[in-house]
Amino acid sequence: MNPAITLATARRILTQLRHDHRTVALMALVPTLVIILLYYVIDDQRSFGAWAPILLCVFPFLVMFLVTSIATLRERTSGTLERLMATPLGKLDLLLGYGIAFGLMACVQVAIALTVSLTWLGFDLAGPLWSLVVIALLNALLGTALGLFCSAFARSEFQAVQFMPVVMIPQLLLGGILVPRDQMATVLEWISNVLPMSYAIEGMKDVVIGGELGGEFWRDVTVVAGSALLALILGAATLRRRTP
Amino acid sequence: MMNLSEPAIAVRDLRVVRGGVEVLHGLTFEVPRGQVTGLLGPSGCGKTTLMRAIVGVQIVTGGQVTVLGRPAGDPSLRRMIGYSTQNPAVYRDLSVVENLRYFAAVLKAPKSDVDRVIEEVGLSSVAGQLGGTLSGGQLNRASLAVALLGSPELVVLDEPTVGLDPVLRQELWRLFQSLADRGVTLIVSSHVMDEAARCQRLIVMREGEILADDTPHELREHTRTTDLEEAFLRLMEERTAA
Repeated sequence: MNPAITLATARRILTQLRHDHRTVALMALVPTLVIILLYYVIDDQRSFGAWAPILLCVFPFLVMFLVTSIATLRERTSGTLERLMATPLGKLDLLLGYGIAFGLMACVQVAIALTVSLTWLGFDLAGPLWSLVVIALLNALLGTALGLFCSAFARSEFQAVQFMPVVMIPQLLLGGILVPRDQMATVLEWISNVLPMSYAIEGMKDVVIGGELGGEFWRDVTVVAGSALLALILGAATLRRRTP
Repeated sequence: MMNLSEPAIAVRDLRVVRGGVEVLHGLTFEVPRGQVTGLLGPSGCGKTTLMRAIVGVQIVTGGQVTVLGRPAGDPSLRRMIGYSTQNPAVYRDLSVVENLRYFAAVLKAPKSDVDRVIEEVGLSSVAGQLGGTLSGGQLNRASLAVALLGSPELVVLDEPTVGLDPVLRQELWRLFQSLADRGVTLIVSSHVMDEAARCQRLIVMREGEILADDTPHELREHTRTTDLEEAFLRLMEERTAA
């Protein structure tokens, strides 16, 4: 690994994004627009207060997962990955490059969504702002890492996009949004216990509703960060210098 | 440290299996330093697989590939080999300059290299254009430019002149020759016979085997032809008859 190459990679990815105005606009604005839509659909300040943090949790993950899996699939199919693997670039240089570039995009995304929620929509944040940003960013990183990992198993863009519901929907259903996790069937609760999104959502709820940053919050943060790290390592394992 | 008399590439009994089928059947040959070696043969004969094995990105089943005195794929070789694949491996959503700046950073090549290689492949007029807006031939040259970044000792080019007009092809071959004159070893695959005449050495392949490994002159003599295209056809016929 080499910091100069990692940063060059992150800069390259951001430059690619800069040439693609529509993608940048979609990444930056869609979460905010959905949150605004949700506000008017629910039309009740208290329920909105419970749902908004979940969206702030889910969106960075979802968008980063999609964008990363397509971007890395393109690297694999266009031959640029093979070319990079024949250079001194380390696998982690590439993964962290993506992590940094899309992490920055996630920051922009969360910043806009939060600003609109806190001002216009009268969203109430009980805990400190930074704790919410930490969780949202870790989620974005987790999405990036899982996107990298899953793209290794996709032969085409069609398959890559289909991985999104596979990874996303079970985590949402079992994450304690629809039914509290302790009210699920035991087996489902066990599964829920090993899915990182469950912890992200819980951490987010702790911050926004509870306003307390006790041991539970830090446990949630550690679990999400650990999952992102694990997914990055798994993602690195799918990058091969030599291919058949 | 570097022994100039030893070959740039030494391949011994190289076997490669892809998708359950053996595509290279035990190749043995050497490539001398500071020359342009042409790799010829019909499509599907294993040229690309052989080049990938030399660059060190191909999983090989058996045999040895030694490149610049080290086993192929050795980490120390990654900055010494320039490699351009058949499909142009550049980012379509970056301009030519941005592509080259990135690869130069990865290869730790001096920044001035970017302008140099753009000049060398004749892309100065479209340097600011996005890869996706270039023609096939221009895209190919952008990909070739990446392989020339840094000061590679070995340049491996897979069909670099496809889709180029005769004038550009001639310019590129002059460039290849000038690199060879500076001591760079080049391996260039092609299926155009008039390009074969510009190589110092020719390796003719068919169905994963080497049919001939000669200078163009020797090849013409052995096959008793005056024309390389005919020599090539005769080689293929001999093999089919045998």
